[in-house]
Amino acid sequence: MGGRMAGAPGDKAWVASGNVAPLLVVDDVTLQYKTAEHLVTATWKVGFEVYAGERYVLLGPSGCGKTTLLKAIAGFMAPVAGSITLAGQSIARPGPDRMMVFQEFDQLLPWKTVLGNVMFPLLVNRRMPRKQAEDHARSLLAKVNLTRFEHVHPHMLSGGMKQRVAIARALAMEPAVLLMDEPFAALDALTRRKMQEELVALWEEVRFTVIFVTHSIEEALLIGSRILVLSPHPGRVKAELNAGHLGPADVGTPAFDKLQKHIHNLLFTDKIESDRPEAAHG
Amino acid sequence: MAERILAERTLLPLPPVRPERMVALDAMGAVGDVARPLGPFERIVNITAVRRLFVLIALAVAWEAFARFSDNPLLFPSLTDTIEAFYDAAVNGPLIERTMNSLRVLAAGYAIGLALAAVFTTIAVSTRIGTDLLSTLTAMFNPLPAIALLPLALLWFGLGAKSLIFVIIHSVLWAVALNTHSGFTSVSQTLRMAGQNVGLRGLRYVALLLVPAAFPAIVTGLKIGWAFAWRTLIAAELVFGASSRSGGLGWFIFENRNQLEIPSVFAGLLTVILIGLFVESVIFRTVENATIRKWGMQS
Repeated sequence: MGGRMAGAPGDKAWVASGNVAPLLVVDDVTLQYKTAEHLVTATWKVGFEVYAGERYVLLGPSGCGKTTLLKAIAGFMAPVAGSITLAGQSIARPGPDRMMVFQEFDQLLPWKTVLGNVMFPLLVNRRMPRKQAEDHARSLLAKVNLTRFEHVHPHMLSGGMKQRVAIARALAMEPAVLLMDEPFAALDALTRRKMQEELVALWEEVRFTVIFVTHSIEEALLIGSRILVLSPHPGRVKAELNAGHLGPADVGTPAFDKLQKHIHNLLFTDKIESDRPEAAHG
Repeated sequence: MAERILAERTLLPLPPVRPERMVALDAMGAVGDVARPLGPFERIVNITAVRRLFVLIALAVAWEAFARFSDNPLLFPSLTDTIEAFYDAAVNGPLIERTMNSLRVLAAGYAIGLALAAVFTTIAVSTRIGTDLLSTLTAMFNPLPAIALLPLALLWFGLGAKSLIFVIIHSVLWAVALNTHSGFTSVSQTLRMAGQNVGLRGLRYVALLLVPAAFPAIVTGLKIGWAFAWRTLIAAELVFGASSRSGGLGWFIFENRNQLEIPSVFAGLLTVILIGLFVESVIFRTVENATIRKWGMQS
């Protein structure tokens, strides 16, 4: 098992060796958002780096700020402290270099066909002429096995198919990093497993960089090559582990079970700690 | 109490252990076809237009029967008298011209009203103060009947099309702006984020994401705006029938009432109704079928 515990916030000892520069650097990021009554601290000095080609999983229970973190990377909110840089550039606003796949099925444009949805970001950004965009979109629909449905409107599709369209749409833009916010959480268990396998197979074929948010340890192990374990209230880095040696084929093997148990313990001890009165931070 | 009831409950016996079974799915047998076409009667009844036409015919028959029964052609002419008057006014009389006058004024007022509504709602979704401005203005002016502004409009713009267009704009603008804006605000957060994520900002964000996403509410606004405008126009024409040379449908009705040409009054009303029906069930229905129904945003 290649996992190493992260040190104190800001400790960079776990940065991978070698002379490859990280693609995405999240440096001591503190995120806060306002509700009607409270200023909520979602993450506290979270730092990690993502390298090109990684399947990077943000894993943690609800309240660990993993979705907020992903939104900050997407550019929907700015950190209160710390910085997020993509290929050296600070993130200022949402952009198609960080295409996002959401959990909700209504992320597709209902007024466009499946093909139109996949072409939409290409045309909005004038990435290529219409004809070429159409061909490009078709090739991606073929990759997610939706060729037969290209002229159908989203309301005719099942949940799993909608998510596959969203993935095709995001990949069509060839983003620097693909952001996925629990994309399979609203699917039934059978479809979810199939989608997880398809995503890993798609990665083998296309090789993209993805940051994947989930609260399922199993899903993290299936999909991730590296897993950032976060603790809740507020989100802090608990551990950063390697899981690249585990895939959908390894479910139920001792190595899989061992890492699963390890992460389970990490999250479980955290739960006991957070039951104590607030004292850890302030 | 509950424990006692539970304790006294007789338990079901344990279920028997039964043999397992595997079935090969190709042995389907005579289940029959998966989808069978409906019978001809059911298919005809499923066509909305056919059912609507049936309702219209029933109403026409009721009208004719009532008119003949009451036998008072001065106060309540029969359908056949009305159709006769309608035909006469359309072919020999000024009905077509009057209708075209009304529709011309209506189209101008409606178009300007929609353009203004688009400007207002775009400002409203872009800035917070714009939202406040629109909310306040709609709260103030939406309940104000357009016809109440007519005397003032006549003073400002004089007798004629300008005053009519002014009151029509007033009746269209607030209804459409209100519906469009509430449509914009109810676009789901996910869809908004998806739009911003692909890089849409400013006017393109409104035009390419918010407008189609809020289209069901916008169509509702257009329909309400149309009905308000049509009503306001006819009422306004009834109020100032003075500019008779270029008068509209309302003036036609007023004129004929003064001459006690009651079948012609009915023919005028029938024209108002027919145009209303046409716009509602042909134009708006076609728009809906091509957009929000096709997109699954309305059943």
